[in-house]
Amino acid sequence: MSEQAHEHTRKAASMRGLIWPAVGQSFVKLDPREVARNPVMFVVEVGSVITTIYFVLGLIQSGSDTAFVGAVSGWLWFTVLFANFATALAEGRGKAQAATLRKTRTETVANLVTPQGITHVAAGELRRGDVVVVSAGEMIPGDGDVIEGIASVDESAITGESAPVIRESGGDRSAVTGGTMVLSDQIKVEITSEPGETFLDRMIALVEGAERQKTPNEIALTILLAGLTLIFVIVIMTLEPFAIYSKAPVTVTVLIALLVCLIPTTIGGLLSAIGIAGMDRLVRHNVLAMSGRAVEAAGDVDTLLLDKTGTITLGNRQAAEFLPMPGVTEQELADAAQLASLADETPEGRSIVVLAKEFGIRGRHIDPEKATFIEFSAQTRMSGIDLDGQSIRKGAGEAVISWIRQQGGEAPPQLETTMDDISRQGGTPLAVARNDKALGVIHLKDIVKGGIRERFDQMRAMGIRTVMITGDNPLTAAVIAKEAGVDDFLAEATPEAKMDLIKREQQQGKLVAMTGDGTNDAPALAQADVGVAMNTGTSAAKEAGNMVDLDSNPTKLIEIVEIGKQLLITRGALTTFSIANDVAKYFAIIPAMFMVSFPQLAALNVMRLHSPNSAVLSAVIFNAVIIVMLIPLALRGVKFRPIGAAALLRYNLLVYGLGGVIAPFIGIKIIDLILAALHLTT
Amino acid sequence: MAWGILQIVVFIVLLALIAKPLGAYMAHVYRGERTFLHPVLRPVERLTYRLCGVDETREMGVVAYAVSMLVFNFVVLLFIYAVLRLQGHLPLNPAHVPGMNPADAFNTAVSFATNTNWQVYVPETAVSYLTQMLALARENFVSAALGMAVAVAFFRGLTRKSSRELGNFWVDFTRSFLYILLPISVVFGLVLVSQGVVQNLNAPTKAVTVEGITQTIAQGPFASQEIIKELGTNGGGSYNANSAHPYENPSPFTNLLEMLLILAIPVSLTYTFGRFAGNQRQGWALFAAAMVILLMSVAVMYASEQKGNPNFTKLGVTQAATATQSGGNMEGKESRFGISASILWATVTTDTSCGAVNNAHDSLTPLAGGMAMLNIALGEVVFGGVGVGIMGLLVNAILAVFIAGLMVGRTPEFLGKKIEGREMKLAVLAVLYFCVTALGFAALASVLPAGSNAALNAGPHGLSEILYGTISQTGNNGSAFAGLTASGSFWATIGGLAMMWGRFFFIIPCLALASSLGAKKTVPPSSGTFPTTGVIFVALLVGVILIVGALTYFPSFALGPIVEHYLMYAGKLF
Repeated sequence: MSEQAHEHTRKAASMRGLIWPAVGQSFVKLDPREVARNPVMFVVEVGSVITTIYFVLGLIQSGSDTAFVGAVSGWLWFTVLFANFATALAEGRGKAQAATLRKTRTETVANLVTPQGITHVAAGELRRGDVVVVSAGEMIPGDGDVIEGIASVDESAITGESAPVIRESGGDRSAVTGGTMVLSDQIKVEITSEPGETFLDRMIALVEGAERQKTPNEIALTILLAGLTLIFVIVIMTLEPFAIYSKAPVTVTVLIALLVCLIPTTIGGLLSAIGIAGMDRLVRHNVLAMSGRAVEAAGDVDTLLLDKTGTITLGNRQAAEFLPMPGVTEQELADAAQLASLADETPEGRSIVVLAKEFGIRGRHIDPEKATFIEFSAQTRMSGIDLDGQSIRKGAGEAVISWIRQQGGEAPPQLETTMDDISRQGGTPLAVARNDKALGVIHLKDIVKGGIRERFDQMRAMGIRTVMITGDNPLTAAVIAKEAGVDDFLAEATPEAKMDLIKREQQQGKLVAMTGDGTNDAPALAQADVGVAMNTGTSAAKEAGNMVDLDSNPTKLIEIVEIGKQLLITRGALTTFSIANDVAKYFAIIPAMFMVSFPQLAALNVMRLHSPNSAVLSAVIFNAVIIVMLIPLALRGVKFRPIGAAALLRYNLLVYGLGGVIAPFIGIKIIDLILAALHLTT
Repeated sequence: MAWGILQIVVFIVLLALIAKPLGAYMAHVYRGERTFLHPVLRPVERLTYRLCGVDETREMGVVAYAVSMLVFNFVVLLFIYAVLRLQGHLPLNPAHVPGMNPADAFNTAVSFATNTNWQVYVPETAVSYLTQMLALARENFVSAALGMAVAVAFFRGLTRKSSRELGNFWVDFTRSFLYILLPISVVFGLVLVSQGVVQNLNAPTKAVTVEGITQTIAQGPFASQEIIKELGTNGGGSYNANSAHPYENPSPFTNLLEMLLILAIPVSLTYTFGRFAGNQRQGWALFAAAMVILLMSVAVMYASEQKGNPNFTKLGVTQAATATQSGGNMEGKESRFGISASILWATVTTDTSCGAVNNAHDSLTPLAGGMAMLNIALGEVVFGGVGVGIMGLLVNAILAVFIAGLMVGRTPEFLGKKIEGREMKLAVLAVLYFCVTALGFAALASVLPAGSNAALNAGPHGLSEILYGTISQTGNNGSAFAGLTASGSFWATIGGLAMMWGRFFFIIPCLALASSLGAKKTVPPSSGTFPTTGVIFVALLVGVILIVGALTYFPSFALGPIVEHYLMYAGKLF
């Protein structure tokens, strides 16, 4: 069995597990207080109650059309149940996930540091500011920052990623999450959350949907649906007087059937399921949105701020070529460069060693007794080696040039021009010198991630502007920006410059999304409309953003935008479909209503439905069944195509608009044929 | 038939030619930019402000704007009511017309103040010349200028960035009147006079016909009333026969001119809107959508009327068009206009909330009559009444953008403004209001004897008469299926209420909507934005207007015009 097929069966199995609880929930949710949150379904439920009363009265008084009234009221109840089922099913996935998370929140004992020494307290009693010690094999008792030590931590409980991560004091990798396990070493952690407000608590609440509030767009859509429902209530309530005037009175059951068919039950029934499923899709991408509002905002994003390193380019620069000075061979330069980099464990350093190998220079053994390795420091901005009376240095151009001067030499003018050339091309030049002589320049290049350019083209088609953020100088930035295909870049970016950029974009009415992990990113993350904090980042960053990416993969911002768009598209598509459906339902029910009094209206019975009762019942059944049939679409979401708004609209209008007009004609006819074949109606 | 279609084509072409120059001129006027009339009119405008104590530079928020508009309306309403009640004691009353009864006077005052011009009275015998001039024709200017003012305020809200101001009501009102309505009325009023429309203060003429019968022919200052009746989409005629009367509409030429005048401002406002939006294609998109629906109506009516009544065919009456006769259903039509010019007028007058008629809508074939009714019931958005029509069109555009706009994966935006809960609430109100009184009052009338007895005809046609009455008054149209006897306290009262409801429960949510949108930031368009210009948008807007309208009125129309249509083919007439 292939990996994918296996995954598929696993999902299907887990879905099956969710169905029965959801069925139970559908009945629990019939509680009018809960249904009242959804005006459309509330009207259906009231209609169901009324027709049921007529059905019971019909049974007692043995009325003429009792079976028909019973069938209609049964299907009306099913309509409400189906809608409840959709919501329950969407909620079910989150609940299952929350249950798993709860298991990890087992009662942990914390080693609290007090002036009297270490005392053992329950993890649930920890307050903000408390300091705890966690050793290898222990569970971290709460969210906090490492203030002392370094440890490898297993965060699989939260991220699902089994490879351990390093957490250390200071810097941007200091945040730890309660419920994760220290695998080696010992750390001191300062707790940053109050009881009940930990990351895990919030995560459970989020995936369970307990804190779910309607998002702005959902509210607006609910208002539209309520408005349409109100219009149809007026239409149906006034229809009876007209019918009486025309001496063609209609039964309450048929009026309610028409009302329920006309109000937008399809979207009304699926609306909350769509919202929950959208959140759930993010969770499955290992992204936690702190609010549904943020997910919607993601769909609206106009500008994406992307950090160059890690998002657009591979994490590190790599040596691409050696450019020797006059009188120096490439071989000589490569040899010196390799010597200078042997002790350089940075990826850049290693890439120099690798490139030098192409010149036949193998790794060599250096006797540590004879050699002194010079480590890179921020002051000298150079690293190198002193060996056999020779001093080799490599580093930033200015630093190396002044070092040559100190040695009594002078760098040739070509050195600077070569370095400028490299900068202009977007590379980073590293000068190499031996004693007082400049040997040449190493060209370090940023490697743009494969496929990223296509992603940016898609973004552009969706109308999203991409801005690359980098600490590089404008020259370097421009070259990479061009190579990666971003629309704009912010070079020599400081947190303030980033903040200004966000504000400037927002001033123009644009929505901005960004990722960040450092504490100095926090203000910008808070200012951005969608701020995705990396899980590896600091607590401050995670607090400031409105989403957390558990995989800490900055490229995911693009997927987040797509998920946001998908959520909105699904709502729009089902709304359009729902309204378009009404046309066919009219042609089923209106002739059925008045055909007895005005046989000429049979001309409107374009579907040639079997009988008035069968026509009404078929429309009601279609109306209920379509909800169930669309549940998979609501949960999965309508596929997003990055083809630009106009093309996307044309496509979706065709499928859900025109399709919505045609589908019910076919569906109602089929149901009518079945009812007639089974002699289920008169 | 070919000539009939040619007339329609000529009309549409002329209309399209008017839109740009008049629309651009209006944009200049409302922005306070210089126009060729400024040397003459600007001093008058300034004097008006000085006399009235208006500071033209001070803009108003939505509350101030709406309150100014409402208070002003209330005052003019009282004034009309007073004139109607007291006309017996006032001068310029050569026919010695007495004061009007309270219910009819209330209905008439509301009717003119709301730009409806529903007429429960017979003009020739029920109102004096002073009433015609001082109360009715004057009010035609006022109600039209008022509609244009609020439309401009609406435009400002939609197109401004982060602003709570909608303009100054008094300035917008004064400019609408002074720079637009007045000059056009003077010029084309004189053209109408030249064509034979009466303009005098003579007592009615007694004439002896060739058959020897004495006939009383009403005279009066009517060209000045006629011109603004069309231009301001008011529709209240000086004669009971309205624009079918030769003194109001003497010739095919005046017929064409008057139809153009009815649509001139509503059509040109689409262009003006384009100017405000800073993108002319936005305006043309609205123009195209409304034009498509207008042409649909013309097509349905033309087909139905030309086909005539099948029951005549059975009797051996030929209804085919020949060189000497227009054929079709000529009942209730002026033979000098024929089918084409009559149904074109019927479409124009019902699309625009004008309500002036040159043929009897009650006598249209069921489908054509139903179409006329549907035109109004769509909310008077097919160009619609002066000012309010384009607001309705824009509200529908906002709904269309909201419903389908989600399908591009963004929070729906119109002109860069995000449409959220508050806007949706107001937009829904501005659509919902219509069926409340249109269907609600009709339902009431159809079961109460006081309501249903007013219908002249039995069966479905009677229901159509009732429906047309409440729909026309809610839509501030004012035309009628004349079979309905609308005077008397029941109809006069519910009519008055429906007209007020239809006017103000539309305008006020619209102004609030404009203010809410105006306060928002404007998102610059990108390739990810829902395009509100091209063909798809036009199709979508047409679809939303028709589907929402059809869904709302299909059930009731099924018992009215639709069943009447089928019954007619089954040989049953009403």
